[in-house]
Amino acid sequence: MSLQFLADGLFAGALIGLGAVGLTLTYSILRFSNFTHGDFISWGAYLTLGVVGALTGWLGPAARFMPFSFGWPLIVGGLLAMALTGLLALLLDVALFKPLRRTGHGIVMVIASFGASLALRAMLEFLFTSEPAYFSRAIQIAIPIGLGIRVTPDQAAMMGLALVVVIAMHFLLTRTHIGRSMRAVSENPALARVVGIDVAAVIRATWLIGGALACVSGIMLGLTVQIRPQMGFDLLLPLFAAAILGGIGSVWGAIIGGLIVGIAEAGAVQLIGSEYRSAVAFVLLIAMLLVRPRGLFGVREG
Amino acid sequence: MIDLLGYSAFFLVNALIFGVLCLGLNLQWGQTGLFNVGVAGFAAIGAYASAILTTPEAAERIGGFGWPILAGWLAAMLVAGAVAALVGLATLRLRADYLAMTTFGIAVTIQVIALNATALTGGPFGIAFIPRPFVSLAETPIAFNAANLALTAAVVLGLFLVLETLTRSPWGRVLRAIREDEAAAASLGKSVNFYRLQAFACGGAIMGLAGAMQAHFIGFIAPDNYLSILTFQVWAMLIVGGSGNNRGALIGAVVVWALWSLSSLAVGTFVAPAFQARAAALQIVAIGVALAAILLIRPRGLVGERATVSRDVEALAGESAAPHEPVRD
Repeated sequence: MSLQFLADGLFAGALIGLGAVGLTLTYSILRFSNFTHGDFISWGAYLTLGVVGALTGWLGPAARFMPFSFGWPLIVGGLLAMALTGLLALLLDVALFKPLRRTGHGIVMVIASFGASLALRAMLEFLFTSEPAYFSRAIQIAIPIGLGIRVTPDQAAMMGLALVVVIAMHFLLTRTHIGRSMRAVSENPALARVVGIDVAAVIRATWLIGGALACVSGIMLGLTVQIRPQMGFDLLLPLFAAAILGGIGSVWGAIIGGLIVGIAEAGAVQLIGSEYRSAVAFVLLIAMLLVRPRGLFGVREG
Repeated sequence: MIDLLGYSAFFLVNALIFGVLCLGLNLQWGQTGLFNVGVAGFAAIGAYASAILTTPEAAERIGGFGWPILAGWLAAMLVAGAVAALVGLATLRLRADYLAMTTFGIAVTIQVIALNATALTGGPFGIAFIPRPFVSLAETPIAFNAANLALTAAVVLGLFLVLETLTRSPWGRVLRAIREDEAAAASLGKSVNFYRLQAFACGGAIMGLAGAMQAHFIGFIAPDNYLSILTFQVWAMLIVGGSGNNRGALIGAVVVWALWSLSSLAVGTFVAPAFQARAAALQIVAIGVALAAILLIRPRGLVGERATVSRDVEALAGESAAPHEPVRD
């Protein structure tokens, strides 16, 4: 049996993990499971595509960084799109979730997010049709890295990016003021408010960070597979599974949960074929809820 | 004119089947506060269960037992209810959000199974030749649609009366008590999780029935019928009509299905074929925005829930119309 599935699984797991970090943060700070998070991933990919298109249209095509399939427009475009996706999440909060928070029904926000998710996805289909799009049509040669595993240069670059983002997130949450405030609100919102933490600022930061991370997973997926309006929504179940597996609120848990889901999916594809891939996340989710609902690194509620 | 009548009957059958789905969701969400994002999955279970049992024998797949339609309906309720009970057992003791994620997951999984377990479900091509009620009338569409409307309306009426009785019964009061204040209900000695499980399983069974009714009315099912858009439509119907109210659930189903059908008709008539996919996408955007707007502006929906008050209190309120001041010192 080839070990290729491990490399594929790790890659898929890294992008699931990045998405799940945003989901677990919004869940633990705003206290609802946000069904629009998958669509932030799709929007992130399309926004990147749009900004890259605008940049190359304005300044002319740029050279690729050999051996990668992309050049500097994707890097600049990706950074801009991260900010834009964060703003999109923030906008949705101001228009929809903030007024609903005032009336105080957590689960109504889940319904609203379910509706908003469908609207966001259909909007992409309206703007870009459901035909797949690509950042680049350049063909990538997978390079053998030993043990019979092959990796494309783009995949390697994206793995590096994911690692950098996770480490940056770790320092943001442990070493900065806003990061510590976010952790405080996630542990106890009432107490955080009492000690003078600006909860509104924490909520803004949460949406911005969650949106930006979703955008990174969108770019990872778009660069290595393709860009479709459904791409993020199809990832939603693995995202939920990863967040629950790792324990709601735990950033490292979400990453490790993502890696587990990614490797399990790739392993299942190897063993039973790709048809039932999307059921793997569900099996993991149910198993975790039955055995240890607070997740690997979660804290018991109460 | 005859065409219009026939179409109205056809429209109403579809709308009322959505109404059944809404009644199931209303039992789960409206009465008990259980969030189910897998409505499409439970409808699919019912549809496939009944289709597999009632279709004539087919060489290319398992099943085809040629059961009568009514037996198929009952089996659909049993299977969908059992799956709902299993899902409930795993998640109802946890936070409400976990039920949302799990039901979402089960709908995805059921769709995947319907798509890939070709030997059982016919795979992407689905199952055809599902027996239709009153098929002997199919020569005259208006008679066929009218007969089906009568049957569907009878089922909806029966279900409505049963649910109204149940929600007024002590059982229904316990469900609402759990929805409003779980701790208070538990402190009165009610087994919160067991009541939730009952409501969730019954709701799932009703959704299974709706799936089977739809499958038999159309005569054909395929995995694409059970995407998340179906769940979304049912939620929009319940929210528009007014969750917590069975009448509201039915009104919402008819109103939203009318808007949906009219706008689809408009898209089909007025939009050039090349742009129809885009216009259909915009139609979905519109309904998503509408759902969010209703949640923001009129969360009660069109009808809303009536306050349930004990008849003793109502009697007291009637008496106090004649001034009957309590003695105070």
